[in-house]
This record gives sequence, structure tokens and C-alpha cells, in this order.
Amino acid sequence: MRAFDYVRAGDTAEAVREAGGAETRFIAGGTNLLDLMKLEVMAPGKLVDINRLDLGGIEATGEGGLRIGALVTNSDLAADARVRRDWPVLSRALLAGASGQLRNKATTGGNLLQRTRCYYFYDRGEPCNKREPGSGCAAKDGMNRILAILGTSEHCIATHPSDMAVAMRALGARVEVEGQGSGREIALEDFYRLPGDTPHIETVLEPGELITAVILPPPAGGRQIYRKVRDRSSYAFALVSVAAVVAVENGRIAKAQLAFGGLGPMPWRDADVEDALVGETPSAALFDRAGDILLAEAKGYGGNDFKIPLTRRTLAAVLTQATEDDQ
Amino acid sequence: MTLETTRRLKHDTPDTDRRLDGMAQGVLGTGMDRPEGPLKVAGRATYAAEAHPEAMAEGYLVRAATIGRITGSNGDAIRAMPGVIEVIEDERMIRNAAQGMAGESPVQKQGQVWYVGQPVACVVAESFEQARHAAQAMLVTIEPDGTHVFDAEDPAAEVEKPKQKQLDQGDLEGAMSAAAFSLDATYHTPSMSSAAMEPHASVAQWDEDGALTLRGSYQLLKFNKAELADVLGVAPEKVRILSPYVGGGFGSKLGLAPEAVAAALAAQALGRPVRVVLHRRQVFETVTRRSETRQRIRLACDAEGKLSAIGHENLVSQLPGEVFSEPVAQGTHFQYAAPNRVIGHEIARIRRPAAGSVRAPGEAVGVTAFEIAIDELAKKAGIDPLEFRLRNVPDKHPENGKPFSSSTMEATLREGAKRFGWTHTPPRQRRDGEWWIGTGMAGAVRVNMMIEAMARVVLTGQGARVECDMTDIGTGSYAILTQVAAEMLGFAPDRVETVLGDTDLPPASGSGGSFGAASTSTAVYLACMELRERLAAKLGVKETELTLKDGLAIHENRKTPLAELLGEEEWRALGHLQPGKAGQEVRQATWGAIFAEVAVSDVTGETRVRRMDGTFAAGRILNLKTARSQCHGGMIWGIGLALTEAMEHDPRDGHMVNRDLAEYHLPVNLDVPQLGVHFLEERDDWANPLQAKGIGELAICGSGAAVINAIENACGVRVRRLPATLDQVMDGLIAQG
Ligand SMILES: Cc1cc2nc3c(=O)[nH]c(=O)nc-3n(C[C@H](O)[C@H](O)[C@H](O)COP(=O)(O)OP(=O)(O)OC[C@H]3O[C@@H](n4cnc5c(N)ncnc54)[C@H](O)[C@@H]3O)c2cc1C
Ligand code: SF4
Repeated sequence: MRAFDYVRAGDTAEAVREAGGAETRFIAGGTNLLDLMKLEVMAPGKLVDINRLDLGGIEATGEGGLRIGALVTNSDLAADARVRRDWPVLSRALLAGASGQLRNKATTGGNLLQRTRCYYFYDRGEPCNKREPGSGCAAKDGMNRILAILGTSEHCIATHPSDMAVAMRALGARVEVEGQGSGREIALEDFYRLPGDTPHIETVLEPGELITAVILPPPAGGRQIYRKVRDRSSYAFALVSVAAVVAVENGRIAKAQLAFGGLGPMPWRDADVEDALVGETPSAALFDRAGDILLAEAKGYGGNDFKIPLTRRTLAAVLTQATEDDQ
Repeated sequence: MTLETTRRLKHDTPDTDRRLDGMAQGVLGTGMDRPEGPLKVAGRATYAAEAHPEAMAEGYLVRAATIGRITGSNGDAIRAMPGVIEVIEDERMIRNAAQGMAGESPVQKQGQVWYVGQPVACVVAESFEQARHAAQAMLVTIEPDGTHVFDAEDPAAEVEKPKQKQLDQGDLEGAMSAAAFSLDATYHTPSMSSAAMEPHASVAQWDEDGALTLRGSYQLLKFNKAELADVLGVAPEKVRILSPYVGGGFGSKLGLAPEAVAAALAAQALGRPVRVVLHRRQVFETVTRRSETRQRIRLACDAEGKLSAIGHENLVSQLPGEVFSEPVAQGTHFQYAAPNRVIGHEIARIRRPAAGSVRAPGEAVGVTAFEIAIDELAKKAGIDPLEFRLRNVPDKHPENGKPFSSSTMEATLREGAKRFGWTHTPPRQRRDGEWWIGTGMAGAVRVNMMIEAMARVVLTGQGARVECDMTDIGTGSYAILTQVAAEMLGFAPDRVETVLGDTDLPPASGSGGSFGAASTSTAVYLACMELRERLAAKLGVKETELTLKDGLAIHENRKTPLAELLGEEEWRALGHLQPGKAGQEVRQATWGAIFAEVAVSDVTGETRVRRMDGTFAAGRILNLKTARSQCHGGMIWGIGLALTEAMEHDPRDGHMVNRDLAEYHLPVNLDVPQLGVHFLEERDDWANPLQAKGIGELAICGSGAAVINAIENACGVRVRRLPATLDQVMDGLIAQG
């Protein structure tokens, strides 16, 4: 770990003010940042501790949604009675992530900004464009079982590893941020960036911008499912995950909000897939077609080729379950 | 009086006295709690890294990221970094951990990097953070020294085929072509890590007389002491190792590892204590891994399922210069009868981190693959796999005709089947939603070994003290040795103190190869017998007529308190076990049978173990609780072997890619169902005077196969490349349509 300056901010304004420099990072639960700092994969010159900020509440919004403070822990958010009742896909996604100990520490803001678990990103002995722009990508021709098949570039094939963010993407969440001078809201679909030739820049956040909350729109209703497929029963990142909010009316699909984890550099959502489903009668053939559309551009890199059939099958199973007559 | 007398046993013949059955205290064999348990759960048991001698400096190892000759470094710049005291680039640093029981220095650095991840220097600083940062900033220049091979199956790999490790009896090929049913299949198991909970750590301190005390986390202290002395070039008397508590070893702490050497060299150079703790990522690379294996298994049987031929030809990997190679076919030599036999063993010298003994070297992967093959052949022959095994139980060693010390294979199979409720149905018959349900079984077998061991027992009127350099690597040595002494000398266990993990005490067996409990318990037993003889002599009675219980010596209704007999005296006795012909004249082994029920997702190929049951025969069980824990652990390792664990090596340079516990997937709680463990009451007189055998490894040697066989029974997919990750199973499901 490199020596760094440390400031504990008392309120949002102070946090944003202190975070002016390019070398500065906020620290929340620290469950990702500290690991990366110990390995010197990340080496901020200054940490602004935001744990004293008043961002720990979950409140109803005027439009009937929820405003989740950036410091709400993954455990608390998963256990919130409103979330469990009206946005159950979010609760399930959270509980599918990490371990109890980590969820107690991990925060909503930190979870959105956690970095990839690409093996080579963690290893300073290896080339990695995300860690060291221009050094190359060791994963492309190396071990890439856990990496992405959608949205990759020749410069980086990393996935975004979050479960929480996948559910939030399916729910159409927005991210509330506070920067120097002013705040703004960013739809989650606009929040992350594709790697292109700058895989080290992962979001549209400006340096020093602080996430203050995540806004959930009013309850989406329908059946909500989070299915996570991984290499052991618990405590492993998703190989593929599907967050689904699906409603059937009069035998036809009336709503299909689907987001995917483990596939791309961001929680993945594809409007064409949803459009193909809405208005149709559920059937195996339809679900296959949805898979075709989702995976039309999918590209495997050897070790992760299996994610293509796995995604297709998992999606079909989730859609089947979501559209079954009784549950 | 502090007269110390010694009782020796050269173990050549079976011991049929079974003296323990005549003891009266009633503590041996019970599930007594570990005496050191409260210390451990309260955090008061000091593990190696928790020693903080005054003025201790912190060392951190520097990792080589490429292979070649070391030509220089920026060591001087590193020395100038904040807090840095010294950079140790000593040629005596070791390349990788010593092999178990080497007793001499492992290959040293010699200016060479043999594998990616090798430690090449140690940065010492005032604080751990400073040392780590400086170590990460250190650049060692390494000149490539040619092209290397990183995969044992690469045709360019240099492969050795040691003569003494090949066997060819009868006519395997003839038997294969004449057989009613035969199988020729190849299995793969991956490179694996011990992944003990406690990372390796050493704190080294030299005194003015040039004597070294090293607090470390090791399994075989008498060997580790010799190894460390040899590395450093000092007399063994000058080295003391303390390992009172060890947070898991599983083979990774059998041999002296790089952090101990670095700490010792640094402490010597600096004249102050130095601690070196391995980062989890360094543990994976610098201590020995289990070699990956390729196993070609050929089997032939007649129409009734009687085996006529067994072939087991294996390829393992190892770094150049290491003697050990994974003894894959160790169990195959005797597990099943068949007249025609071929065993092959090949070692590819490649540049992956060094391989060594990991819990149940040989059988863990060898029996696992073999028990999958047996299942495949039974299926071809249309015979229930349980029945198939029962038809092939050997009545003597199939290769050399020696008798078994005890033969419990059939009994464990029958009892295990009964307890599990074994019935066998064809694959793809049972379904629960999207999940296919199936059952599978496997035999378990592991060789039994005894190792030379000494232990001292000190008797007073109030109780006893056991002393030796035995280690407790989480296995329960403290409990068992306490129980043996309490039983033999007639004390409640809280009257017996057991002091372990110090090379200044008599050299015991150490922990490894499942030999620890039986070997060192025998030494304690012998010391206690010596004390019993002395007590009997003092009372003027025969030892066999003396009952010791609750601090009383009882003979023909006369009860004499030991406090009265000994007064203020302290009687000392040394027990010394030397393995003898008993290990060679018969085949000693432990046996078991494992049954599993799994569910396999028809969608994703994910496997969940629903039920698992093991029945084992391992001689006299010394402590029911610790023995059961060992079997739980073994069965969980079996689940890992079958489903989740694999060390991935980069194909381009052999380095371990997934070297943290987030990505090296050990089974977690949710992967493990309720485990049933059952022991058959057994007395193996050939084993030792306690009739006790090893229990620490047996349960791994087959559990994985039960799971793999259950997957096939559930969904019809046969996995031959372990672990059975969901993608492999899913591919099989897709292929079936
Ligand atoms: C072993 C392990 C297993 C895991 N498994 C899973 C899993 O299965 N699924 C899953 O989804 N996650 C998993 N995680 C990741 C875990 O969810 C994240 O580490 C956690 O959510 C990060 O939150 P934090 O508050 O600790 O973030 P920190 O580590 O404090 O910060 C992470 C990043 O976010 C930035 N940041 C934090 N808060 C803010 C804010 N308010 N505004 C702007 N920037 C901010 C920090 O500067 C930093 O760059 C796992 C983690 C570990 C260690
Ligand atoms: S995939 Fe991305 S994170 Fe992984 S090595 Fe390549 S550039 Fe780095």
C-alpha cells in the first residue's frame, strides 16, 4: 500500500470539496478499495472517508419510489421491508452477492463502483489495460472463464461483477450524484461506459463526483426473479445472472424488464430483447428468440465460450418460471 | 527423583495384548473436547505470526514475475525507501518449500528463477506496510534463459519414467481383448492447493550465542529443524522451532517454506527479530501444490463382473530438481484383485510452482479417478456398482500376495450401503423440478503408515504431563495425547497437561500422512507403560494386574493414591517407537465407503450435493469427535475435488492465476449437506499396540468419486475432467439433447 492522505468528511459538501484532486478516492465500506490498495492495483494519493456522511437512509420518494442513500449497506438494503415487498428482485440480488460479513460492510455506492474481478487486473506482474492503460490485455488470450462476452473490446474483456447493479438496471434505477457546485441524476443505463480503448474509465462520473443515492422508480409489479449461476453455491461471482421483472396479462407478456450480470462490462440490458417479448404469448420458441437477440453479438474468448449457451438456457428458464400459470 | 527411563518398541510383530481394552479410566475413544479449544476460540492461542518479540522488524517477500537468470535489482533504491532497513538477496533463500520429511535444504535460489512466483528477495522494514510497499516496488532484472514448458501434456515436455515406479504383471492387453467388458478411459485432475486457513508465517530471533529460535507454522518439526539448519549452514542444535498451534497444514507445512528462511536470514543480518508473513497470494505460489494428473485407466472383467485386468498409467508434473512426485496409483496396487496389472508413472518436468504432498497424496486423486472408472465398468457390465465392488474385494495383496493387516473393505461397503439406504436405479429417472436426482458411491482406501516417534511422560502424584515436539495442526493432537496418558495412568483428563510444538522436547512423528496420531500416541503409550511398570514394581504387583483410575492405584481391592506412592517425586519416562517389519510384512490400510446423493440442474449443469454418508474403518478410534471432524473435512475436500477446486495455470508462463480465496473455490457451507460419518469398531494389531490407524486422509480418497458417479446417475453425464464445473455438465446435457 502506498502512503496516502486521509480525510474524514463531515458532510457531503466537505466530501466533494476534499475530493478535488485526480488522485483522490472516496472510501465507504472499503471491501473492494482496500484489497486493491494493498495490492497497489489502485494507489490513490488521498482517501476521503465518507462514512460519517448522512447518506444512510432509505426514504420513499414523491413518485412512489425509493431513495436509497449511498451508505446504506447491502445487508440493510436487502432486509428492508419495502424492498422485499415491492422490489424483491433487488433484495434477492443483494443476498446472492458476496458473504454476510461483506454485505454488512459493503455500501450501495461502493457496490456500483466495485472493480472487475479479472485475475490479471489483480496481478501487477501482468499486462492489463484497465490497470495500466496501454500495457495490453493478458486475459484475452489467457484465462478468461469469468470474463465478458458482450460489450467487450480488443482492449478489455472484463465484466462488472455486481449483482445489486443488475437488479437495479432491470428496475430502471437512477444514480444521484453530487459534484463541485451541483448535483445531477444519471440513469443507470447511462452510468457505465463500454471499455473501447479506455477500459480504465468505467463510468461517466467526473473526478470527485460523489454518489449520494440510488433512486428506484415506483414498484414495477410483475414477477421478479434473480437467478445467479456460479461455480459454487454461494460466495462466488456470477458467471451469468438474470434479473427479471415480468408480467403476463391475458396470456400475453405485458412487461419484460431484463438485466444480465456476468456478461458484460456493465449490468447488461437490451431493449430489443424486451421488445421482442412484450405482446407475445410465452413459448419456448419465443424465449429462444429472445436469447438469439441478446446473444447476437456475443463473442467468446475460449475459456468463457460456455457463457453463450449458459445464458441462453438460463434466460429461457427464468422466462419460463416468470410466465408460468401458477407459482 | 527425576530418573528418566526409556521404553522402546521396534514394531516388528502384531501386538495382541490390546492393553488399552483393559484400562479403566474410560476417556480414550470418547469425543472429549479439545483441551486447547477455549484458548483458540478466545483468541488466546498464539499462532506463529502473533509472537511480537521486542524490536521486531517486518519482512515481505519479493516475487519474480518471469523465469530466467537474475542479473541485478534496484535493491539500493529500495533500501532508501521510507522505513526500509535492509533488502535480503541472499543466495541461501529457497526456491520453494521443502518436501515432507526431506530433513535437508530444498533447492536454493542460486541466482535463478525457476517458476513465475518464486520469491527472490525479502524486504525488511520497520512496519509491515512499508515492507510490503517496498517489496512491490522492487524490480529484479531477470534474463530469459530459453523456452520452457508449462503443461505436462505438452509434447515438448521432458518426461521421466522411473523404473521402480512401473509395474507390469500378466498380460493386460490380452485380458482386455478377451474380456466380456472393458474400459479404456482417461481422467484429469487439476492442480490444487492446500489452502490452509492460517497463512505461513515465521518470526525468527537469534541470541548472542548464535542460536536461532523460529516461531513458525509447521507440521514436522524435527525435519523442519534439520532443514532450516542445513539451509543456514548452522548446527541443528543451534535451531529451535516453536509451533504450538498450527492453523491447518494439509501438507503445505510439511516442509520448510521460503518465509522461514527469509525471516532467519534477515534476523541474522539485522541482529534483531524479524517476522515474515506470507500474503495469501504468496501461499498459493511458494508452498507446494498438488500436481495435476492425467490418468489412463484400463479395466477388464468377465460377464459376472470379476476383474481380470487393471491398468493405471499416470502423468504428473514437477519442477526440475524436486524428488517427490504425486504417487497416484498408491491405492491401485492393492485396492482390487485382478491377475493382469499395469501401473505406469511418468513425471513431466515443467515450470509450474513446485508440487508436493497435499492431504492424501496419491489416493486423493488416484482413488477418485479409479473409483469413477470402476463405476463406468460396472455400468457397462450392467451390475450394481456396490455389488461390482463386493465381487472384487481382494483377500490378499493382489501384486505380492502379502496379507492385509485387516481387511474391512467389504464390511464398510455393506454397512455404508445399509446406512445410506443404497438402491441403484438407471440414470435420468428421478426429477425434482429442473433438477435431476441421482446417487453414487465409491470405495475409499488409504495406506497406513507409522513413523518414528518419541514422547516423554512426567508423572506426579497429582497428574501427568506429556511432552514432545508433536504438532496439532487442528487435528486434535492435544486431545488425543491427553486421552492416551489419562487412560493409561488413570487420571481425569484435566489432570493431564500436554505440551507440544517445541523442538527442545523429544522428537515425535509430527503431523502428516495420517501417521501423527497413531505414531505419537504409541510413543506416549510406551512411556505410560514404562511408568505403569514402575508403579507396579513399587507396589510389588504385576503390571497387568494393576488398575489405575482417578488417581488411585488399585490392586486386589487395595487402593493406593498415586499422591501417596509418589509423594513429591516426579517420575519421567520416554517412549520411543521405531517402525519395523510390521510395516512391510503386511499391507496396512484404512478402508471406507462413501455414498452421495446429488441434484443436477437440467438448465445450467450446476450440481448440488444433497446427502453424503461415509462409513470408515481405521482401527481404534482415539477420539470420536476429532476423528469425525477429520472425516467431515475429508468428505468436504471430496466435494471440492469433484465440483469446485482447481488451480488455474496461465498457459503462457505457468503462473497460478486464481490465487486468492475468492477465485480458488473451496466448498462453502452451502455446498456441503449434512454429512453422515460412521466408524466400524476395529482393532488392527499390526498397526501398533493401540490398534489405531490414520484417519486424517481416508475420507478424501473416494468422496469425490461418489459425487461424480452420482452426477452420472442423476443426468447421464459422465465427467472425466475434474472438477465437474457446470459448463462441462451442461455440455453433456446439451449433447444428450
Ligand atoms: C471475496 C469477495 C466476494 C464478493 N462477492 C460479490 C458478489 O458475489 N457479488 C457482488 O455483487 N459483489 C461481491 N463482492 C463485492 C462487494 O459487493 C463490493 O466489494 C462492495 O459492494 C463494495 O462496497 P464498499 O462500500 O465496500 O466499497 P469501497 O471498497 O469502499 O469502494 C469501492 C469503490 O467505490 C468508490 N466509492 C464508494 N462509495 C462511493 C460514493 N458514495 N461515491 C463515489 N464513489 C464511491 C470508492 O472510491 C471505490 O473506488 C465481493 C467482494 C469480495 C471481497
Ligand atoms: S480483461 Fe480488462 S481487466 Fe482483464 S486483463 Fe484485460 S484489460 Fe485488464
